[in-house]
Amino acid sequence: MTTTATPLQTREPAQDAPVGPLATWLSDGWTVTWRNLLKLRRNPEMLGFAVLQPIMFVLLFSQVYGGSIQIDGGDYTDYLMAGIFGQTVLFGSTFSGYQMAQDLKEGLIDRFRTLPMHTSAVLVGRTNADLVLNTISMVIMMLTGAVVGWRYTNGTLQFLAGVALLLLFSYAFSWVMALLGIMVRSPEVINNAAFMVLFPLTFISNAFVQASRLPGPLEFIANWNPVSALVQAARELFGNTGTVPPADTFPMQHPVLTVIGGSIVMLAVFVPLAVSRFRHVSSR
Amino acid sequence: MTYIYAQDLRKTYRSRSGEVHALAGLSLSVPQGTVKGLLGPNGAGKTTTVKVLNTLIEPDSGTASVAGIDVLADPGGVRRVIGASGQYAAVDENLTGLENLEMVGRLYHLGARRAKARAQELIEAFDLTDAGDRQVKGFSGGMRRRIDLACALVNTPPVLFLDEPTTGLDPRSRIGMWDVILGLVREGTTVLLTTQYLEEADYLADHISVVDHGVVIAEGTADELKAEVGGHRVVITLVHEADADTARAVLARHGSGEVRTHTSGRTLDVAVEEGPPSLQRVLAALEQASIPLHDAGIRRPTLDDVFLTLTGHDSGAENESELSA
Repeated sequence: MTTTATPLQTREPAQDAPVGPLATWLSDGWTVTWRNLLKLRRNPEMLGFAVLQPIMFVLLFSQVYGGSIQIDGGDYTDYLMAGIFGQTVLFGSTFSGYQMAQDLKEGLIDRFRTLPMHTSAVLVGRTNADLVLNTISMVIMMLTGAVVGWRYTNGTLQFLAGVALLLLFSYAFSWVMALLGIMVRSPEVINNAAFMVLFPLTFISNAFVQASRLPGPLEFIANWNPVSALVQAARELFGNTGTVPPADTFPMQHPVLTVIGGSIVMLAVFVPLAVSRFRHVSSR
Repeated sequence: MTYIYAQDLRKTYRSRSGEVHALAGLSLSVPQGTVKGLLGPNGAGKTTTVKVLNTLIEPDSGTASVAGIDVLADPGGVRRVIGASGQYAAVDENLTGLENLEMVGRLYHLGARRAKARAQELIEAFDLTDAGDRQVKGFSGGMRRRIDLACALVNTPPVLFLDEPTTGLDPRSRIGMWDVILGLVREGTTVLLTTQYLEEADYLADHISVVDHGVVIAEGTADELKAEVGGHRVVITLVHEADADTARAVLARHGSGEVRTHTSGRTLDVAVEEGPPSLQRVLAALEQASIPLHDAGIRRPTLDDVFLTLTGHDSGAENESELSA
């Protein structure tokens, strides 16, 4: 026990040590991202769930409802996929809240907050890692979709734009959930509450059926639902809308604009809120 | 030179059941290179105090500084000179011991290579070489505490906060932790330690602050605190519990103050002016009354006695609250 408190021999920074606010911020963000990804790899059941659930949804919906749900001028499997992508990134983002609450409960947030790191890097690392997770689930879903016959029809560029849009939305929504995670503090409550809110939100939308086939009040909600805008935007970029005309509401007429604008607003509001809230949070 | 300083800290939590005064005007100071023990029952305000000094929570009022740096004005500066370990500042169970240390090193901006080297150095110093590549979730309680403490030492901080560093450890691991902590102190680290174990404060701390209801109710070295309670105690253990009433009367006659009955019902003790003569008189009186004894003796007051005298209730620590007044 003699070496523990011997001062580090040299006090000038090591050659590869980050210097300056930007370099240290990037380094901190990367370090926390690395830690979160490592945790994900060490818990294959978390990754497995994130991957298997979307596969299950693709197969169940396309095979069970595929024969009974008609889409005007199109194929249900094609129509469905954007809906499932939207649903999956939405639910995937709740992981950010769950994990923040979990880290807080386990005392890791307190550890981070006693270190001279950039505190915002904890949130950046969280949302980055969850973006990686969402990207992985998305790739798996697309492959599964391809197997059951899904094809995009608007060219690769539009397709990639659709994917990017879904991921942008999921990243922005991760910040909302991360803030909720440090406010609510209970991983279980986050999970259950997210389910209670997001499940109806995805079902009362155009994700799985044409909004025009919903009963009046629900159709109205669906046509203003941000989830509908996300799904509609991806669906249009993938060329999977069939001949279903977009409803006469702003989010449905301009879904891409709505999603980009909505994501920017979410980031502009929730990034500073989460960061400032994080500076004062501590386990009880 | 005062290295850890707190003046009139106040912190009130509002909950549905009303207000909780976690800190109600707590002050303390720790000279450089010494160990201060914060001693008190659960909920006394020990952890809240440490969290304020660690920059984790802001007090409602009061001032605090660590190594001359104001905790409220420059929390970032404080974080550069402290190490924190204990029940709240945890390690990541999913990472290996080495990875945890390496992560902390990088977050201190040591650079990847030096973070790695420092992690290796600490793993060896803490006898965790064999376990370094295993995930912490497979560690024993003692190993976990050691890796936790190692994380606090990555940047060789001059000030160390240890929040109940041995709670829940078996006696052997506890003594191991004590050795590690004493080693750090010998090398000049200033330590603020919270504990519910009176024995631990007695063993590790140069000075003790007894905390209850968010304020310091007594301060001094372990010996000074014991002297405050004063004198010796005569302790007897009866063979038959039925003799307890008679024995209590005998003790009351020869001792000063209240006779205490331990929860077992057969062990009684009382404070006395002078140890040996009082013991002799008690033994003679019990012999005369034909009361058989298992055990009898005199002892110096423990910190438990101190606690009981100061607060009117015992320390509340598990396994140590066998006294009932």
